[in-house]
This record gives sequence, structure tokens and C-alpha cells, in this order.
Amino acid sequence: MENTELDLNLAETVVKKALAAGADEVEVLFSQGYESGVKLRKGKVDLLNEAQPKALSLRLYREKRAAVAYTSDFSKAALDDLVMRAMDMAVISDPDPAAGLPDPDDLAFQYNENLGIWDPAIGDIPTEVKVEMVRRCEDSAFAFDTRINNTGGTTFSTNLRQVGLVNSLGFAGTYKTSHCSFGLDAVVDDAEGKKQNGWWFTISNNFKEMKSPEEVGRIAAQRAINKIGGRKIKTSKMPIIWDPMVASDLLGTLAGSLSGDALERRSTFLIPFEGQKIGSDLVTLVDDPLRPGLRGTRPFDGEGVEVRRKNIFDKGVFQGFIFNSYTARKTSHKTTGNATGGIGSLPGVGVSNFYIEPGNVTQEEIIAGVEEGLFLTEMIGFGYNPVTGDFSRGAVGWWIENGKLAYPVAEINIAGNMKDMLSNITQVGNDLEFLFSISSPTIRIDNMTVSGL
Amino acid sequence: MTTENAQVALGFFQTRYGIDQNILNDLLAVAMSRGGDFAELYSEYRQTSLLNYEDQAVRQSSGGITQGMGVRVVQGDSVGYAYSEDFSIESLKHAATTAAQIANSSQGKVNPVDATILSGANLYPIEKPTIDARALEKLEIIRRVDKAARAHDPSISKVSVIFADELKRVLIATSDGRLAADVQPLFTIRASVIAEKDGKRERGFKSASARRGLEYFDQIISPEEVGVLAAKQAVTNLSAIEAPAGVMPVVLGAGESGVLLHEAVGHGLEGDFNYKKLSNYSDRVGEKVASELCSVVDDGTVPHTRGTLNIDDEGNPTHYNVLIENGLLRGYMQDRISSTQMSVAPTGNGRRESFRKYPMTRMTNTYMLNGETPFDDLIKAVPRGLYCVEYGGGQVDINSGDFVFIVTEAYMIEDGQITAPVKGVNLIGNGPDVLSKVTMVANDFQLAGNGGMCGKNGQSVPVSLGMPSVLVSSITVGGTAA
Repeated sequence: MENTELDLNLAETVVKKALAAGADEVEVLFSQGYESGVKLRKGKVDLLNEAQPKALSLRLYREKRAAVAYTSDFSKAALDDLVMRAMDMAVISDPDPAAGLPDPDDLAFQYNENLGIWDPAIGDIPTEVKVEMVRRCEDSAFAFDTRINNTGGTTFSTNLRQVGLVNSLGFAGTYKTSHCSFGLDAVVDDAEGKKQNGWWFTISNNFKEMKSPEEVGRIAAQRAINKIGGRKIKTSKMPIIWDPMVASDLLGTLAGSLSGDALERRSTFLIPFEGQKIGSDLVTLVDDPLRPGLRGTRPFDGEGVEVRRKNIFDKGVFQGFIFNSYTARKTSHKTTGNATGGIGSLPGVGVSNFYIEPGNVTQEEIIAGVEEGLFLTEMIGFGYNPVTGDFSRGAVGWWIENGKLAYPVAEINIAGNMKDMLSNITQVGNDLEFLFSISSPTIRIDNMTVSGL
Repeated sequence: MTTENAQVALGFFQTRYGIDQNILNDLLAVAMSRGGDFAELYSEYRQTSLLNYEDQAVRQSSGGITQGMGVRVVQGDSVGYAYSEDFSIESLKHAATTAAQIANSSQGKVNPVDATILSGANLYPIEKPTIDARALEKLEIIRRVDKAARAHDPSISKVSVIFADELKRVLIATSDGRLAADVQPLFTIRASVIAEKDGKRERGFKSASARRGLEYFDQIISPEEVGVLAAKQAVTNLSAIEAPAGVMPVVLGAGESGVLLHEAVGHGLEGDFNYKKLSNYSDRVGEKVASELCSVVDDGTVPHTRGTLNIDDEGNPTHYNVLIENGLLRGYMQDRISSTQMSVAPTGNGRRESFRKYPMTRMTNTYMLNGETPFDDLIKAVPRGLYCVEYGGGQVDINSGDFVFIVTEAYMIEDGQITAPVKGVNLIGNGPDVLSKVTMVANDFQLAGNGGMCGKNGQSVPVSLGMPSVLVSSITVGGTAA
């Protein structure tokens, strides 16, 4: 990152301006970063891009009336204008007793800056090195199987960012995060001329921890080959084995129903179940913002509140919703440090590093235990109703027969209700890897509806 | 002749940031300093505003301004891209130098930009953009939506309404001497409703969106209608039964069912996927890809519609583009790179999310042309199946053409009659396969007026869709009642 350090003084100036203009409570959230991408397709550099995005968001309250304004122009004139616009907008909002900054006691006046999420070396990777790595990745996919005849390209992306937060309660904090990634879409033509793709990737906060290009290319190719000749299966109820990618996706879907925001908007099926056991004994879901070196790691939340590790589900018991300060006040709870900071919007609520505690069986053992069922490797569509927990997605995978993968399946749909699905988790694998901020090992869920023929 | 919009936008960037033709020419020269086929400067100034109304109170009033210039240098189909968030000469030159890195020869050709800019009709003349309307006027509309939704049924327990709008000024200059500019208004209103009864809880949505001013609510749809439609959906879903699972005939209702076209064929017909031969429709122009009852167009010129643009984000005028005619594939949507690669003319489908992103081939308003059969005949033809009315979005796997879409309002058809509402419906299929199974097309064409967004490679742009009701003879319904 080109010698750019966020200027906390600038943010403090904006806070003071807003207070002087008549605001009661003020917060400035701002970020500045450097990002770049190199895309290679069929051996040729297809895209080079580079940018230094920045944004400043002002949240203020005037007699408990909220307003948010943002700008990417940090000039004095623009910042003066920002304050005036926000003050004008606050007049339009209705007063809300729950509105406002967090309680001072909850703020993270002291926080750990060394969480392993900053690797400045990511900003200095020479373009030639990136090109060489993505070339090796693509080459290994083509070399894996001659049927791989095309790719959607491989992009090496880097992202460095500094976030700063200053409020009128005296909080001033900042931290830096970085990550780099590349992923490959390998394409194959199957016998009927239908094209199939396989995608795989590596992403890390630290350059040295990226997976080898060859490994990524090989897995992408294998995933494409695996889809050749996919067919429908008969409509019925069956156990589904979720590979870590799709299981992580499922946890991400559930995460939206855990927020105080969803509780307050009455848009989560979990409303009646606080403190109750609704999942199987295997369901222990952890939210850990302080686990070092991961995508969801952060020293304080999106409004400067202290963060901590917690079990949201403990052996199947739903421990309670997660909150930012607003949704906590609105529903008579305490904030859990789960505010997500939005540029240009009021803070939201979200998990940090969220995962299911791994078990002690391997994926092979889980598959071996299924007489007839589906090994799920991909989902398409977004079919989830958080209000009822009804879940329905298009699916791709393998038919399992007598504990073995029999043939690929496609154009099918899987459906169930999230509450039933949580109670029907009958096995959890030992293969937890933190691929995303939301991660899962392989899991088995019984009695799901599969629609096909 | 130039459109008034173009003149306004041109003047805006000149007055506010001093961006004149000399500066544009200088920047294009920097962008082309290492060669390349062409370079393009995309300047944008976007004002946004949002009112969030929940539980009969304005919970959030927010707004912002984003501005900047994106610089693209193209050599073959390779792209160098960089942007600056301010209009200082130093910063703009830095972006142009960065984007130039993609090319690897000597100074490329730059034709000075021409002062005579793009001419054409303004497709969204507006007296007063919503962004300039007073918040109280918008609030009045929001309150009417809210009131109508709450009054619809005692089971309604929660109503939220969002009014979001923007005004975008763009200025595009290219190294082949083209200068284009536009002012693009857009608003969206969304009502979300929760209904609760006997321990059951369901939701309903309705959105409306257009490139129009507040007169929309007098002329097209009233705020009350928006509220009632959202409430009705939530209440209907309270009594909905579990959806059947398996293969059956499905009647896709007029208007919003256009999401089928969008997912099933639209994405697969985007030029970039096709010159790279990544789509299931690659190399198939002239072939039969749908039932002969199906004619599908992408039309960026429907006045005032959400997906409509006077010029696309590469400065090309939008068009009425025939994609499928009586079941035969006629052509693809094209942006500048894909059209060059395929040696055809651009179709005005080069779009981008903002100056921070490079343009790709994207849809505008995608719809199926009207048929001749009365709607009732479609329903009567189905012994047991589904009638789908409203949707919650979808997704397609471009390579295989397999798609899924979510139906948020659907009914059983039994013995040729519409009966019980069903919930949790997903439709899954393969694009070419499903379109070949369209056996009846009704004469009730509608363009959906809702606020759809289309995502591709992390970029989101507003689009519209439409179609008449159609009968698909068999499609997999992903329900729970196996």
C-alpha cells in the first residue's frame, strides 16, 4: 500500500464539525485501500487492474434521529458539505429511543492489533510472480485431463485495507487487513455437448499461506470432470452428505437468521427457540472474531464494540441471537459485538468467523455409511425463506449407492426446513478448513427432499 | 443534434471538475502511451438517497455522492483498468498510466474527441427527478404504501418500506474520437410485509421501479397498490400448502416470469461468454434453441423502464435486439470487445456497475413477445401442475445452462383450475431444454415493473423483464412434499 496511513485526525475533525453543527452523537467510519487483479485466460493476460478505493461514512444522531451520509472525496469542502447533508437528513428521521452510539462501557478502548490479518508483502508481489502462479494453475488444470478444453480464466487478486473508526464517545481505533486469492474455472464438454465447469480457489490473509497453484488447478479440473454426464434421480427423501463448500454455504444461510436484526424484524424462524434445544447434539456453532489470521477476524466490531468468542449453538441448544447496539436495545438485550460497519448505512449485524465444531469421522467414512443418498457438491439459486426456515436449492453432486459414489447427478433440487435440518445433522466430519469466514467440515443431514424425475 | 441529457452531463463535468475536451484528449494520450486498440474514459457522478421506514417511523435517512473516472485500455480482448475517485489531473493521469500497462508496444492512435456528441431521443424525459424531490413528498408516498398494507388484513404484523433513488451523470470519451454523455434517473420502492396468524409467520414483497419522477405513482401504480400486493402475498402464504416435488407442467404467469428468460437464455446469450465459447449457446446462431412459439428480445429502448439506457456504459446507443425469433437463435448481446471478437456490430449491451468496474456484456430489458392464446386456455390444459406468479430471483450456471428460480407466489392447478396457494417452490431446469418445452404462449404480455438487479462477476446492474403467460409442458418443481 503506497505509504497511505489513515489520518485519524481527519475523522476527529469531522466528528467535531458535526458536534459543532448540533449533533448529539457522531461516528465516522472510514477506509482506504489498495487492490489489484491480474487475470490470465488460456495463457494470455486478459485483465490488469489496480485501484485505491477510499470512503468516509458519517453517522450522526440529533435528538435520537438518525442520519448517515458518505463521500469518497476527503477535501475540506466535501467534508463540510457531508456534515450539512447529514444534519439535514436527520430532520427527516423519526426519533427512536433505541437509536444512538453504543454504551461507552461496551467500547473496545483497548484492543489487540496483532491478529495475523495483515501481511504488507501482499502489496509488493510483482506482477510477473502473479502471472507465473496463475499460469501454473491453469496449466495444471489442462494437464490434469485432456477433456478440459477451456477456462473462464484465473484471477490473482490482492486486497489491502485499513479501517478507522472514531466516535464522539472518545473511541478511536484502526486496523489493517489484507488478503490475496486466486481461483480457476475449468471447463469441459460432456458427451452431449453440454458444457460443465469446475471452480476451485485459494484465499489467505498471508501470501505464504496460499495453496499451490497446481493443487488449485487440479481440484478445479477434477470438479469439472466430476460433473460429466450428470443425470436426474428419482424424487424422494434421503440423507444428504454436504461437502465442506456447500456445508459452509448452508451455515452462511443460517447466519442471516441468527441476527438481532432478523429478530427485531420478526423475520427469523428462530424467534420461539431462544435457549431451546433444536439441533442435534453435534450442532455446536462458534462465532470467533479473535481467532487469528482468518477472513472474519477483527479487533473490534463495526461500531467499536469489544468482541469475543461465543457458541451460538451449544450441543444443539440455541444460545441466543447476535446483536449490534441498536438491535440489542430495541429487543432488550446486550450487544454481542456483532455490528458490521457499513459505509453509507446504519450498522448491520453479522457473524465473524463462524463454523461448526468438527467431529472425528472422515468424509470417506461418512459416505461409506450411506446406503442410498446424495453427495452434494454444488448448489445454485438462493431459495431460503428466513421467516419460515424453508430451504430449497438447485443441486449438483453424486448419487451414493451402498456407501460408494455411483454416478454424477444434476438438474435436481434439494429442500427441507432449516429447523428440521439442524435436528437431522447425524454426522460431522473432521475436515474443517477455514476457507471463508464461514466454514464447515463435511456434514450429513438425514431426511431431506430431493426432487428430480 | 444532441440530446438535452447529454449536454447537461457534459456541462456538469466541465463546470464542476474542469473536465473539458483538452483534458480528455490528454488523458487518452496517456492511456494509449503503450499502444492498444482503444482507450476509454468513463466519468461518473452519482447521487443516492434512501429512506427506510419501519413500524411507521423513518428509521434511517441516508445519502451520498460517489464520483470518479474509470480508465480502460484494450488490446485485443485484454483489458487494463484503473480508476480515480477524484478528478485531480495528477490522480487521473496516474489511473491512465496504470491502465496503459496492459499494452506493450509504442504510442497508439488517438483521434481527438469530437464535440458533436451522440444524438438520439431521450428515453426517460422527466420533469423532476426524485432525487430533487423533497423528502416529505417521498415520505407521503411511503406512508400511503404502509397504511394500505397494514389495513389489508389483521394478520399483518410488520411493514417496512424503502424508497431508494439515484441520479447518475456519466461522460464517456474514447480514443476513436467518441464523446457521449447522459443523465440517468432511477428510483425503487420496496414494501416488505410480515403476516402472523395462529403461530405461523409468512412474508410478502412488492417492489416498483422506473426511470421516472414521482408522477409514476399517479400514472402507473398507486402507492396503495404496492402495499396491498405485498400484504396479499404474505396473507396468501399463511394458508399455502407445501409444494409438490417432481416433474410437472407449469404455467408461468405474465410479467415477472420473465426471470425465466433472464436466467434460462439471457445470460447464455451474452456476447462475452460466447466469443470465449463458454456458453451452451456458443456457435449456435441459426439453430433451433427454443419452441417456435418463442421470440425473445433484449430491448434497451423501452421508455422509462429500469433496464433502459440512452447510451450503454461504453457510449454506444441501446437497441431493440432480437435474440430468438420463432425458436431460432438470431444473435447475441454484444459489448465493444465481444462484438469486435465476433466481427459484428455492438448492440448497446456494454454495462458496468460504476466507474470502479470495467464494462461487460449485460442485459437491459429482456422479454418474450406476445402470443395468441387466451390465458384461460393455458390453465385449462393442465390436469395437475403449478401456476407461478411472483419470483424471488434466480441463478444460472452459464456453462451448462442449468438454472434455478425461486417462486414466492404460486398456486396448484388441478383439473384445469387454479386452486390452493403453495409455498417453498423452486423451479429447476436447463435453459434450452425448458424453452423447447413451451407448448402455449398467451396474449397477455406484461413488462414487469419491479426492481430487479442482475449480478455477474460481482457487478450488479438494474434490469427489467417481461413475458406473456406460457405453458411449459414439464419442468422439475423442487418442493418439500415428496
